[in-house]
Amino acid sequence: MRFELLQLAAQLQPPVEVDAAGVPVVESTGSFWNPLTYTVFLPLAGALLLLLVPKGNEALVKLGALITSLLTFGMGLYLLLEFDYSESGKQFFANIPWIEVINSRYIVGIDGISLPLLALTVFVVPLCIIYSWNHIPSPGNPKAFFVLLLVLETGMIGSFIALDLILFFVFFEVVLLPMYFLIGVWGGPDRKYASLKFFLYTLFGSALMIVAFLALYFLSDPVMVDGALIGSFDMTLLPDLAAAGVGTTAALWIFGGMFIGFGVKVPMFPFHTWLPDAHTQAPTVGSVILAAVLLKLGTYGFVRIAIPILPEAAKTWAPVIALLAVIGIIYGALCCLAQTDMKRLIAFSSVAHMGFTMLAISSLTDFGINAAIFGMVAHGLITGMLFFIAGSTKERYHTLEIARLGGMLKQAPRMGWILGLCTMASLGLPGLAGFWGEFPAILSVYQPAEGLNLAFFRTMMVIAAIGTVFAAGYLLWLYQRVAFGVPSEEFENDPEITDVQPLEWVAWLPMLVLIVVLGFLPGLLFNTTNPAVVESLAALGG
Amino acid sequence: MTFAASMLASVDHPPIDWHALAPELIVLGVLAIIILVDAFGGEDRKWAISSITSIGLLVAIVPVVTMAVDGAVRSMFDAAYVVDNYALLFKALFLVAGYIVVLLSTNYIAEGDYWEGEYYQLLLASILGMMIMASARDLIGIFVALETISIPAYMLAAWRKRESRSDEAGLKYYLMGVFASGVLLYGMSLLYGLTGSTRLVDIAAAVSGEAPALVIVAIVFTIVGFGFKVSAVPFHTWAPDVYEGAPTPVTAFVAVASKAAGFVALITVVLVAFPTQPEIFEPLIWALAAATMTVGNVIALRQTNMVRLLAYSGVAQAGYMLAPLAIAGHSATSAELATSAIATYLVIYMAMNLGAFGIVIAMARKTGSAELSSYGGMLNYAPALTVAMTIFVFSLAGIPFLAGWYGKLAVVLALVQPGTWFGYSMAIIVGVNSVIALGYYAKIARIMWIDPAPDGDTTRVRVPVSVASALVITAVLTVAIGVYPPLVDQFTGAESFLTLGF
Repeated sequence: MRFELLQLAAQLQPPVEVDAAGVPVVESTGSFWNPLTYTVFLPLAGALLLLLVPKGNEALVKLGALITSLLTFGMGLYLLLEFDYSESGKQFFANIPWIEVINSRYIVGIDGISLPLLALTVFVVPLCIIYSWNHIPSPGNPKAFFVLLLVLETGMIGSFIALDLILFFVFFEVVLLPMYFLIGVWGGPDRKYASLKFFLYTLFGSALMIVAFLALYFLSDPVMVDGALIGSFDMTLLPDLAAAGVGTTAALWIFGGMFIGFGVKVPMFPFHTWLPDAHTQAPTVGSVILAAVLLKLGTYGFVRIAIPILPEAAKTWAPVIALLAVIGIIYGALCCLAQTDMKRLIAFSSVAHMGFTMLAISSLTDFGINAAIFGMVAHGLITGMLFFIAGSTKERYHTLEIARLGGMLKQAPRMGWILGLCTMASLGLPGLAGFWGEFPAILSVYQPAEGLNLAFFRTMMVIAAIGTVFAAGYLLWLYQRVAFGVPSEEFENDPEITDVQPLEWVAWLPMLVLIVVLGFLPGLLFNTTNPAVVESLAALGG
Repeated sequence: MTFAASMLASVDHPPIDWHALAPELIVLGVLAIIILVDAFGGEDRKWAISSITSIGLLVAIVPVVTMAVDGAVRSMFDAAYVVDNYALLFKALFLVAGYIVVLLSTNYIAEGDYWEGEYYQLLLASILGMMIMASARDLIGIFVALETISIPAYMLAAWRKRESRSDEAGLKYYLMGVFASGVLLYGMSLLYGLTGSTRLVDIAAAVSGEAPALVIVAIVFTIVGFGFKVSAVPFHTWAPDVYEGAPTPVTAFVAVASKAAGFVALITVVLVAFPTQPEIFEPLIWALAAATMTVGNVIALRQTNMVRLLAYSGVAQAGYMLAPLAIAGHSATSAELATSAIATYLVIYMAMNLGAFGIVIAMARKTGSAELSSYGGMLNYAPALTVAMTIFVFSLAGIPFLAGWYGKLAVVLALVQPGTWFGYSMAIIVGVNSVIALGYYAKIARIMWIDPAPDGDTTRVRVPVSVASALVITAVLTVAIGVYPPLVDQFTGAESFLTLGF
């Protein structure tokens, strides 16, 4: 028996109809009460209900947050099960009017590109809530903490299901506010600076992004809505509309606007400086979500919006993306080697890893984009785990200074082994998820899309490959200094240094299992993403 | 009697549409009633005045709504007084803003040992002027409306008459305002001298084509005159002092309603009288808008007093609202988009800014101060006010799903539409300024959420019912418009919203 309300499940996007003059006719399809709508607004509804719970009743607040996030995860599972993996089009599709004056619509749907990231989001949030059960960072106030976490979840899910540029933009921005408060209120000593920097950087990117979106709206060919011609923000129509209407120069500028908007979020090399501060100062679950999901909004923007809509401009920009990606890889790795703080090191390793993802994207091939999406998921799981471990280390040792740590394998052997597994995964050891994010990414630029400079991209490939050596260097060095040896005197008999706690097992085990499973069965993910990726690159000729 | 009747019959008066004038007449009637209540009601009836005022303002919305449903454009006095959708929207805006200001004023004025009756009389007179402004399509009508708005506002600014700051505010506002009126009147007199008419449509017809130097002077003077009213840089210097010195409800009124009225006049004059002269007004407004938002935002970053900060933020917001006018002369579509963008922004600005001032009023009851530091630790002892203020400041910053984002979107949409560098560059300036502005809006949020209470005083804040209802109204509006923007743009986005001069 299927849940009655969800009978619209897996509705496919209908083919676009065109009128006599070849103008697409936009018709409302599907209903607002779509499984995706439930998924995206469930956390928000839970957050609003939590607001009614008296502040003193902490147990009820935690329980409410956990149930909400688990229900959302349940919706995610439902989507995973009902999803038709052989289909390349958008599923669970709905298209209904929202802001009619500008023809911005509530268009939602998922395909193989968004499904893994959506699943990652609904998967990570409950784990974060479980992890926070007994460790609400100072200054406490679990009610506000969980409410913000759930609002954040709504923003993240919304970004992955939105197929309208304005709707996407709105969800993309919704994420900022809760994250600002999570870092600003519950963060480390330098939290005020870090939270504001995070906020300002991203907002700057989005300011240029929205100008780019609006330029796209006015320059692209119009669509027919209720018998009148009007611009469109529909991501599924814009590839065709933009191809016809946007000139070469304009396309380059518009891509540039999106490039900065998404590039800040990724973050790409010159725009990355907010990331180490935000990661270092954020509370543990803030860092985990930042690494696991928020960074992916940037790369997802490239894959979903910038490249399919403006493929020609993407070709012109591809060398720039590749160059910045490779600079990010090398620069991130060198910075890692210079770090003395474990959390900051992991943060810089994110810059390097996202560099691999961006490098794969710059190849503009289906092989590269598939690798990039795998890289996003793998990085989300692995770096998310590393931040969890860093948080737990901080709680036990009250410091993350690498020089003072040591001997974790002696004092907390299980945690030491988990750290070992995650560093191995992060450096791309075959058999773990990280390998499938990194190796195909490097390989993809060996044969970039037609029309791109082979020599240049192959040079980039070689430099990126050298980057993996650095990665092995800083990660193994980190592991050696933290886990090997004997505990230093100050921590030798510290009773607070315990091994992995039951709640930590509950929060960590699912992620560890996935890291291993995806390492052995990468096809699970590649087969999901491939049909949609191939379709999104149709304009590039595969 | 018969003599008077025959006199009346013999006067050849133009036909009067009483339905169209009903909102103004109701406000006028309420004004008369509260004068009588104040004069003959005795001290124990003073409390009734604010209730009568607020009910009267709500009643006046009724004919506005009936006319909006009816949808006809009503034109009177040889097209010098027009009631179209544009006028109706702004009349509704002024009435709602007036109602919220009355809610914010009730306790402040009653408890503060100020003259009560006169306060509401002046407030109503000023609102009446605004409503006339929304319909005036004639230089004389516009000027009379402007003075009807401003003269009561000068007096209200000096209402705390035992405080030198308030006296300073009143005097400063008066002197600057009169100076601006003089500049405006000079521009208007030149226009009349050049065109031989005070009606905007006649002026539009007369100044089309190659403009002689004198027309340029006239246009510049007119725009500069309104520039003072909307506190555009470099004519903004009165705003912070007036805002800080005036009673806070009056500040809210001046910052929102009076500024909106200035914009109404500016849009009407520029788009009805000068649409054929974009070469003159576009660069001027481009420069004014760019300077206004940038200077406002940069100075706001350094403020330590909440009211002064809101004053500079208001200057910057005026810059965003000015911006679409910088491309409004490009085509009829641009003009329509620009008008709806400004109207949309003004509606949203009304909700979020009145809300922010409402919080200032509520908090001042506890702390007696508007220093930024006095807001520290609010999250712990006034969580509801903190959430409300967070909604207002981030709406002002333009973060979705709070209404401000749609105002900014509408502005940028209008700017991008012509596809010129003129528009694109302005759009990017708006974008960059939103980032700068976030610096101080986030600072307010940070102080409330993160900083400790300044003297460890965490007693609860007692919010009077009227202020609380004003906060609920504004917060609900801010969130609702943000989630579902058609709530506003079905009114502002309608075609031929303002009967334009194209």
